Amino acid sequence: MTTATESSATKPSASVDPRAFLKRQTRWSVFEVLFWLATLSPFFLFETYLSLASQIAITALFAVSLDLILGYAGIISLGHAVFFGVGAYTAGIVSKYGWGEPISGLFIAAAAAAIVGYLTSFIIVRVQHLALLMITLGLGFIAVEIANSADWLTGGADGLLGVETWPVLGIWDFDLWGKTAYGFALVVLFILFVVSRRLVHSPFGLSLRGIRENAVRMPAIGAPNPRRLQKVYVISAAIAGVAGALLTQTTEFASLEVLGFQRSADLAIILILGGTGRLYGAIIGAIIFMVARDQLADMNPQYWYFWIGLLLMAVVLFLPDGILGGLTRLVPARWRKP
Amino acid sequence: MGSQILGVLFDGFAYGMLLFLLSVGLSVTLGLMNFINLAHGAFAMIGGYATVTLMNWYGWPFLPSLPVAFVAAAIVSVVLERTLFRRLYKSDPLQQVLFTIGLVFVVSAAAAYLFTTAVQPVRVPDYLRGSVEALGVTFGIYRIFLIAVALVITAFLVAGLEYTRFGAMVRAAVDNQRMASGLGINVETVFAITFALGSGLAGLGGALSIEIVGLDPSFAFHYLVYMLIVVAVGGLGSIRGSFVAATLLGLADVAGKYYVPELGAFLIYVLMIGILFFVPLGLFGKRA
Repeated sequence: MTTATESSATKPSASVDPRAFLKRQTRWSVFEVLFWLATLSPFFLFETYLSLASQIAITALFAVSLDLILGYAGIISLGHAVFFGVGAYTAGIVSKYGWGEPISGLFIAAAAAAIVGYLTSFIIVRVQHLALLMITLGLGFIAVEIANSADWLTGGADGLLGVETWPVLGIWDFDLWGKTAYGFALVVLFILFVVSRRLVHSPFGLSLRGIRENAVRMPAIGAPNPRRLQKVYVISAAIAGVAGALLTQTTEFASLEVLGFQRSADLAIILILGGTGRLYGAIIGAIIFMVARDQLADMNPQYWYFWIGLLLMAVVLFLPDGILGGLTRLVPARWRKP
Repeated sequence: MGSQILGVLFDGFAYGMLLFLLSVGLSVTLGLMNFINLAHGAFAMIGGYATVTLMNWYGWPFLPSLPVAFVAAAIVSVVLERTLFRRLYKSDPLQQVLFTIGLVFVVSAAAAYLFTTAVQPVRVPDYLRGSVEALGVTFGIYRIFLIAVALVITAFLVAGLEYTRFGAMVRAAVDNQRMASGLGINVETVFAITFALGSGLAGLGGALSIEIVGLDPSFAFHYLVYMLIVVAVGGLGSIRGSFVAATLLGLADVAGKYYVPELGAFLIYVLMIGILFFVPLGLFGKRA
């Protein structure tokens, strides 16, 4: 996250013309093109892992949504699964009661998550530090309790059964192999990634970074914080809701686990593993975490968390910018994006 | 009806005192260094397992194992603090949170490996069992013991903080760390000692809580949430705040589970969010 500011300091022209600075940031690098081409490889190379690949795409989208508020705006949340869960249950319930069209389902889920995000954003922008952690944590627990007790709607502890997703655009049915599931999830991830990328490189995105770096100075230069933070919080909630909806649509099931603290904690781990405030960190973190968990699935979860714990401690101590941040340092400076 | 309310109040207060012992150290260390130590629950668990080991493997009686629980948690915590935590005081909160969560994962997995995931049995001595009856209410003797221990410790803490030189240094460092070090107080040393004391109290709380809530490897996580609620609601670095918040939480939790069990843990989270919404710094907090 500091690379942008460092290199702009070395090039005086950047500080003179803000529009050129923003434009240079939005330029697509060759690494990015290669990266997105590589995301197509599961179709040809790892066909047996397509369902894992769609899980990864969904988790990556969820991680991108957290990166928007955490990496760019500096809002630490331990309860982001609330929005994932709202999206998941909304898509599931809409489908269960007769509307299984996936694309409009995503929009409905996004709207529901955005509404919950808007309502909670008033609390979020009031608090910082420990109180913020505790409030997001508490909202997460409350959401689980609500979903658990409203079992007439959500199925409670048994999960939401009877979800049926119609073919995408009426053409591609969700097959057993997960080809459609991955394709659909990947397209949605890509579209929302491009939207997020545009967002963080816009003047609005810059103002968010300003709040993250110095929350006192921003209002002093005429850019009040709360409305901006609320805005990005709602956007992030909507994206998380889409990720949740994708999970329900591709697996045709939703359970309390979509809302739980475990999911929020895993998500924070993913983001710190990959590196915050760089969007791609979210995706890389999701790939590493999900593949590792898939490979170690036979292990007792107790011991799996032993290794995750060690890895977390090591990453925080030795790679404070995450894995992607560590990799960036290996790349010669002139190849880096400004 | 009245005696029933009195019984619930008593149980809630005893539970609150337990939460106070578990969380007061976290409050003071958070106030001192702004270091969000989610591993505090792990230190409590270490104390609990120290007691279990001594009693069930080496046949120690209950009471002498309690100071050992205190010392074990204090030693482990200060070693970790000196070697690892101190590198993160300048990091941002998320990194502190994730590092200490990582530590909790490791400690919980180690506990599951050494002691299995079963709930550890512990047999408190006969003179702490049973109950006495007064005013038509039965008071559990162990809970009376727990309240007495907590109140004695609170008295020591308050006296130590208010009337000793070291207490004055702690208060100065909580109020303004930079100013305190400018006046020649070695904040790092003060912090290390406070950290050890606070974690030791958590270890003691962990040992005392086995009889009430049981002990298994998920303890560190489960009670961490309660500890954090106490700290956030009470305000950082305030013993008085922790005491009030722990009592409130204990009463709300026990009363909520007794009178409206269908709400589950819902009540305490709503209470916490409500309080933090109106006083983001906590009831007795001076700064974030």
